[in-house]
Amino acid sequence: MPIHIIDRRLNPGGKSLENRQRFLRRAKSLVQGAVKKTSQERDIKDVLEGGEVTIALDGMHEPRFRRDGGTRDMVLPGNKKFIEGDYLQRSGQGSAKDSGPGEGDGEDAFRFVLSRDEFVDLFLDDLELPDLAKRKIAQTESEGIQRAGYTTSGSPSNISVSRTVRRAMARRIALKRPSKEEIEELESAIAACADEDERLVLMAQLEKLKAKSKRIPFIDPLDIRYRRFEAVPKPVAQAVMFCLMDVSGSMSEHMKDLAKRFYMLLYVFLKRRYKHVDIVFIRHTDRAEEVDEQTFFYGPASGGTLVSSALQAMHEIVRERFSPLDWNIYAAQASDGDNSYSDGELTGMLLTDKILPVCQFFAYLEVGESGGSAFDLSDSSLWTLYERLRNSGAPLSMRKVSERSEIFPVFHDLFQRRETSQEKAAP
Amino acid sequence: MTERLFEGADWDFHTLQRITDACEEVATKDLGLDVYPNQIEVITAEQMLDAYSSVGMPLFYKHWSFGKHFAYHEASYRKGLMGLAYEIVINSSPCISYLMEENTATMQTLVIAHAAFGHNHFFKNNYLFKQWTDADGILDYLDFAKNYVMQCEDRYGRVEVERTLDAAHALMSHGIDRYPGKKKLDLRAEEKRAGRRRQHEEEVFNDLWRTVPAGKSKTRSALSIERRRKLLGLPQENLLYFLEKSAPRLAPWQRELLRIVRHIAQYFYPQSQTKVMNEGTATYVHYRIMTKLHQQGRISDGNFLEFLQSHTNVVFQPEFDDQRFSGFNPYALGFAMMQDIERIVTRPEDEDREWFPDIAGKNDVMGVLRDVWANYRDESFIAQFLSPTLMRHLRMFHLHDDPEERAGIRVDAIHDERGFRRVRRELARQHDVGYIDANIEVIDVDLSGDRRLILHHHVIKGSQLNETDAKRVLQHLADLWTYDVALIEVDASDKVLREYVVSPRPISAVA
Repeated sequence: MPIHIIDRRLNPGGKSLENRQRFLRRAKSLVQGAVKKTSQERDIKDVLEGGEVTIALDGMHEPRFRRDGGTRDMVLPGNKKFIEGDYLQRSGQGSAKDSGPGEGDGEDAFRFVLSRDEFVDLFLDDLELPDLAKRKIAQTESEGIQRAGYTTSGSPSNISVSRTVRRAMARRIALKRPSKEEIEELESAIAACADEDERLVLMAQLEKLKAKSKRIPFIDPLDIRYRRFEAVPKPVAQAVMFCLMDVSGSMSEHMKDLAKRFYMLLYVFLKRRYKHVDIVFIRHTDRAEEVDEQTFFYGPASGGTLVSSALQAMHEIVRERFSPLDWNIYAAQASDGDNSYSDGELTGMLLTDKILPVCQFFAYLEVGESGGSAFDLSDSSLWTLYERLRNSGAPLSMRKVSERSEIFPVFHDLFQRRETSQEKAAP
Repeated sequence: MTERLFEGADWDFHTLQRITDACEEVATKDLGLDVYPNQIEVITAEQMLDAYSSVGMPLFYKHWSFGKHFAYHEASYRKGLMGLAYEIVINSSPCISYLMEENTATMQTLVIAHAAFGHNHFFKNNYLFKQWTDADGILDYLDFAKNYVMQCEDRYGRVEVERTLDAAHALMSHGIDRYPGKKKLDLRAEEKRAGRRRQHEEEVFNDLWRTVPAGKSKTRSALSIERRRKLLGLPQENLLYFLEKSAPRLAPWQRELLRIVRHIAQYFYPQSQTKVMNEGTATYVHYRIMTKLHQQGRISDGNFLEFLQSHTNVVFQPEFDDQRFSGFNPYALGFAMMQDIERIVTRPEDEDREWFPDIAGKNDVMGVLRDVWANYRDESFIAQFLSPTLMRHLRMFHLHDDPEERAGIRVDAIHDERGFRRVRRELARQHDVGYIDANIEVIDVDLSGDRRLILHHHVIKGSQLNETDAKRVLQHLADLWTYDVALIEVDASDKVLREYVVSPRPISAVA
């Protein structure tokens, strides 16, 4: 008997991928909720690592007719001391059978593992970048050529044979060009014809046909069609993200950590929308400087606090390197809210006149100490200033954060679909 | 001494070939097995998981529930909660066995003997499989099903198709014919027939018919109840079949989808009735083959010990008060019964002669076993061949749990002279699908009134349907029927215990 042994290991994997996607699509709202819940407990670095989520099985339940209750009979192995007629006490919990995925009421939660991409997708799915209308087409990388119908002129290499022949055929039929078979038939009729008069008639007919077929060419230049291509400027949307942070003495490690988390989320989010994202780190005390990431988060600095210096620095960088015409500009400012009193007016002016008009989005994140009871007592000077600006119509988003776990909800809140975000913006 | 088939744990494809040849020699010459041609495929863990999620079949139509199962299995596999099977075998001709690449050479031998010869013989010879499944056609049919579902999705939209399949899956356990019909299932012909029917529809399509004014509909009141029920083929326990044939507002493609789900349910029907026998057969066969190969010196002592270790793991039966206990292990029970039959046939005692006069001392072990394998299913097999010796050995006892009884759960029978027959009958009943599945039938349709579909659930031993699930399934049923559906639970004396009525959801509300 012939036996086939087949190595299937090299077959393409991912056979279940399609089913998995269908499942995720169906369970989307459930999974999304689970993702958000999970992400609150996670570290920023891990948040985008994917991982296990748990969803309620309710919507994903596959019902079957099942029976329960009633009298039960069972035969069991391993009798040790029972004899017929004995009574056993009920343990009370009944028999909890374990079941497969989604069978029975007992199992109300379902755990499974999401990949990194699935996780990020679901996490950011219901978020939207505000004010996308301003997005500009920047460098046109002319990588896009696309088919755009047919044309009557072009280079010979682009002739569309099928289109050309089709048109030629239509024209030949329309003009009743005699076919080769017709002429051959007539010729053989002439050859077979004995009667001289009839032969002449046929000859005349043949001449006519031949003349006609000469007049009506097989393929006319009119028929020729070329494939037409169009260069499509592929828009390369690019964005720059400004991270502004107060690094004066009053900012603790915890506050910086909160800010960092927020920046990272923003970065991941922008990265998903734009092919190219630049980041500019500006830290400030009473003077501002552009620094690298390491210095930004961990470099020592001390001094007073002048927020306007950072805004001024940002303004200059924008003017020098990031023309608002070519770049989408996002800015996120983190601070504990301290600012010198005298600086308020300048800050407000810079913000409303210089920064906000060029920004897509400006978020102010006020970070506080963990626990944050004192933090709630009164609004800080910067918060008061920004709130006043916002009330007079400046497109500012602002939030207060004092716990790690609040970062995700706040982020979500900020980027929720626009209609609702303004109402919610009030703390 | 014969040459060893392999040394150590490593194997390659030549080794597999040698192993298969050696197994085949023992299987056909010593055991007299009759098998479908074998096809052995080596797969990875991921592919095994894939197979898990599509009920072990190599190809299947796409549906989210398979994705759910995949996610579930994958998660528990990754966490180490679940090991993967060493093998999966498909009842098809050629009989396909999937072997995991991680298996050692010994395990591959075990698995080939188990699946490619044990299960294979059972599939080919057992009457249920002969009656209900078409091993030659199943793979082609699944291919057709997959393509058909795909086409439907293209034409009618994924959501629509999913909705129909969801409903069909919910009713799958009641989409089975339990009694053989007039003709044998021929899946290839089915597939052709479906194609021809579609083609015919397209050929004779004439839009004019739509515009022909319909005459006055005939009054149905004249139709007597008996006649109506007869016309509809009622009572009918195959709900999917009934819907496919009689649901008033299903589109032809929806009927075809129901038909596909029904055929697949039918294909798996014998497997659910023969778990103990099927695994018992395969385990007995691999045990015999491995032992023989070891006797012949083709497997080293070390490798044989490795085999024995996994074999004993497989046939381990925890006792009822053990933490690991989750019912009878079909491998253990099946294997123990096969060995017991071997004992009765070769070395019977007086008790055995009294209980099994037909086979005791007959000495033709394989002849008896082959006959058993061909002509029984779990329920009849246990009812017939579970011996007092084995009941004593496994110390079986029967518990009767009546919720009304205050004193607790009663021990009804134990492994003694008075109890043997009762324990055996009860265990057989536990393996009877007729008892396991709820007995639900379509009783009537109110054709002259509101077209309500009326179902009866015949309650056995007071065990009623789980309410949440019943409502959900009935919702699916109502969606397919498109009119109200009533399910009435009645006990043996026709007393109504409970009534469900479900109305179909409007199309837009069905998500």
